[in-house]
Amino acid sequence: MTRLSDRLRELQREIEGYATEFGLDCFPVVFEPVDYRQMCEIAAYGGFPVRYPHWRFGMEYDHMLKSHTYGLSKVYELVINSDPCYAYLLEGNSFVDQKLVMAHVYGHCDFFKNNAYFAYTDRRMIDVMANSASRIRRYMDRHGVATVERFVDVCLSLDNLIDPWTPYREANRPRSRPEDDDDNDDDGEAGKLRNARGYLESYINPPEFLEAQKRKREEEEQRNKKNPRHPDRDVLGFLLKHAPLESWEADVLGIIRGEAYYFLPQMQTKIMNEGWASYWHSKIMTTRALCCDELIDYADAASGVMAMAPGQLNPYKIGIELFRHIEERYDRGMFGKEYEECTNMAERANWDRKLGLGQQKIFEVRRLYNDVTFIDEFFTLDFCREQKFFTVKENRRTGRREIEGREFDKIKQRMLQQLTNFGQPFIYVIDANYLNRGELLLGHSHSGVDLKMDYARDTLRNLERVWRRPVSILTELDDKPKRIRYDGSEISMSDEVAAFQFTG
Amino acid sequence: MISRIEQDHSRFREIIRGKIRDNLRKYVSRGDMIARKGKDSVSIPMPQINIPRFIHGDNSQNGVGQGEGEPGDPIDGGDEGSGQGKAGEGEGQKALEVEVSLDELAQILGEELGLPRIEPRGSQSLETRKDRYVGLRTTGPESLRNFKATFKRALKRQVAMGTYDRDRPIIVPVREDRRYRSWRSDPRPQTNAVIIYMMDVSGSMGDEQKEIVRIESFWIDTWLRSQYEGIESRYIIHDATAREVDRKVFFRTRESGGTMISSAYKLCSQLIDNEFDPEQWNIYAFHFSDGDNWSVDDTSTCIKLLKQQLIPRCNQFGYGQVESPYGSGQFIKDLRSAFAEEEILVCSEIKNKEDILDSIGEFLKGGR
Repeated sequence: MTRLSDRLRELQREIEGYATEFGLDCFPVVFEPVDYRQMCEIAAYGGFPVRYPHWRFGMEYDHMLKSHTYGLSKVYELVINSDPCYAYLLEGNSFVDQKLVMAHVYGHCDFFKNNAYFAYTDRRMIDVMANSASRIRRYMDRHGVATVERFVDVCLSLDNLIDPWTPYREANRPRSRPEDDDDNDDDGEAGKLRNARGYLESYINPPEFLEAQKRKREEEEQRNKKNPRHPDRDVLGFLLKHAPLESWEADVLGIIRGEAYYFLPQMQTKIMNEGWASYWHSKIMTTRALCCDELIDYADAASGVMAMAPGQLNPYKIGIELFRHIEERYDRGMFGKEYEECTNMAERANWDRKLGLGQQKIFEVRRLYNDVTFIDEFFTLDFCREQKFFTVKENRRTGRREIEGREFDKIKQRMLQQLTNFGQPFIYVIDANYLNRGELLLGHSHSGVDLKMDYARDTLRNLERVWRRPVSILTELDDKPKRIRYDGSEISMSDEVAAFQFTG
Repeated sequence: MISRIEQDHSRFREIIRGKIRDNLRKYVSRGDMIARKGKDSVSIPMPQINIPRFIHGDNSQNGVGQGEGEPGDPIDGGDEGSGQGKAGEGEGQKALEVEVSLDELAQILGEELGLPRIEPRGSQSLETRKDRYVGLRTTGPESLRNFKATFKRALKRQVAMGTYDRDRPIIVPVREDRRYRSWRSDPRPQTNAVIIYMMDVSGSMGDEQKEIVRIESFWIDTWLRSQYEGIESRYIIHDATAREVDRKVFFRTRESGGTMISSAYKLCSQLIDNEFDPEQWNIYAFHFSDGDNWSVDDTSTCIKLLKQQLIPRCNQFGYGQVESPYGSGQFIKDLRSAFAEEEILVCSEIKNKEDILDSIGEFLKGGR
């Protein structure tokens, strides 16, 4: 690829200076200028120059190239979470656009480096992806393109079945979990409480209690025999360990799983990440980098990024406004018991303790939070009013979507619901030996929204391809518990007594 | 070297072609596809190309928005926010529309139905020369001078000679620098082809019957167009009398009244007499009707016309009988008994839209 022109290199140095001045802490950033075709190509590959061959990248490319050609949208900026951090500049963008993009990129880069949820991502992912690509190519040479591609499809179809907490567990967890073991093991008889006074025996350990304890113990033993012992959300990891896969298949599955975990923190922190980057591009541009004659162009580009389509949430917009709101609150000390309990609106509006903690607070927030906790903690009533949020509802009569209302609790609850598990259903492996027939049983912990059925059926088919035995999923459909099963030839659905709910 | 993304892209196209092939029957029987026809491509809605996952069903109706407005105000009208976002994050719900060129479509149709390529008849003697611009040469008329190439040569020469001045970049081409476009003449066997569509528009042909005719003729058209360059189409409608109309009228008109099929055959025969010399033209005639002719006399006139005038001069004469609740459907039986051995005449019954694909196959499998 071509190298940066002198002018852009000069610009990079300048912007980097501002970033450091403001306390951003970034990996070294490498900017690559690319033309729009290359940009579309790289964007189709999710930012990585080398990925394994797969048609969906072609589809993305097709889509992006078209919308670029017809001027519907364009990829402005692209950053990879790696060390050094790679970012791409679109050739032919105006100088002020490049400035904006650079400032934005430094924001992202700081976030990648410092946010806790990115702590376990592989910073050499470019190499990892290139390596997996060449392995998959080799498998394609050996087993045929169609076979391997078909299997990649299967794996991708399952790639949202991962557990966001896995990375932390694998990094920190001691070998066995002590709390599992010390519950019952010290006592001879199941669940019997220690009793020094014999005459209290029937009171302390009544027979029905002992009976219940015994049953519990038996269930426990049953569960210990069960695989997995506890419902496991890392379905991909479970399959990798237990499904009868050929070695190349296991490798492909592992590659897809690795990439899914790599991209996970980016999905968990979309609002924060974009908000943080936008906050800093705005700050750097308006207080330092902007020249007078660039003002209008900058404002135009920036407002385009912040634009809010009706009825849709723009993560850039929410993120930046929330960061600014937090900064203002902590600068003016608008938090804590005293502020919360103040009911005088005029006083609240003019509240200012001159604490100046804003900067410190937002840096702390960018380190410790993800989207869910971010919204949960900082999406306040004031913010909601100020930003004019509303809930949307479909009018059944007209089929149009309408503003439903502006109730704060409802708005917040909806937002959190959308963000929790980034809008994906919670699905667990319950039993790998279901019905004692080696069938795989998954459970969908229903949270108000049904699964998309046609997709679910096809996904079950794909799952069966990996497990090679019948697979079932427990879910709810129109408030009735159901089990959907695929036995290798047909899909069947049966009623169940109880729905699956995951409890701790 | 082909870039990686190009390979992925062509895989994607291949998969789409496969999908179209798998669902050809469905696509063929659907009329809305024709409405999507562009100049020489069709955009086909492509469901389920996305990778299936366990995801939540439709929940997007109840969301959260931001902005001005009172409860009850509609917020639609804006389409999906154009993605200024980083790519590769979140695959939106795009209803994928894929553009497929008509040639490609014809090829898929041909492969699926196993249609043979058509061997044009009679016109090997006819040859035209077609000129094509290829490359450059050093002499030629000034009107064909290629400025870019000329100035490139001049620039090269000046740089080589050392007379190029960076600060005053003036390029002066001399005689030797000039480049002209050159051409090659390719002899091409010329094949002329015309399709004459005839349709019964009498009272018994309802909208659904016409829809079937419309779809079927679209596909026949697509296939034949892929076989001949610059094919002509003519349209004849008839009830008790026949007249030639343009394409639009052909599919829209609804007349009422009796049916005299012979009127259409007469007009068709006249058209061939006047405009399309069978020596030079490949003639395809397709007639669609519900098979309810006015009288037995007229039917025998039709058979006579076919025997003497039309069949000898056409590559193929197709008769498609669309089932309608009013028609007796007698005509096809009469034709079959009269022309049992005739290969040029192909009869096909089309009961409903599902049958269209098979019917097309019957019409075109002869490869004439």
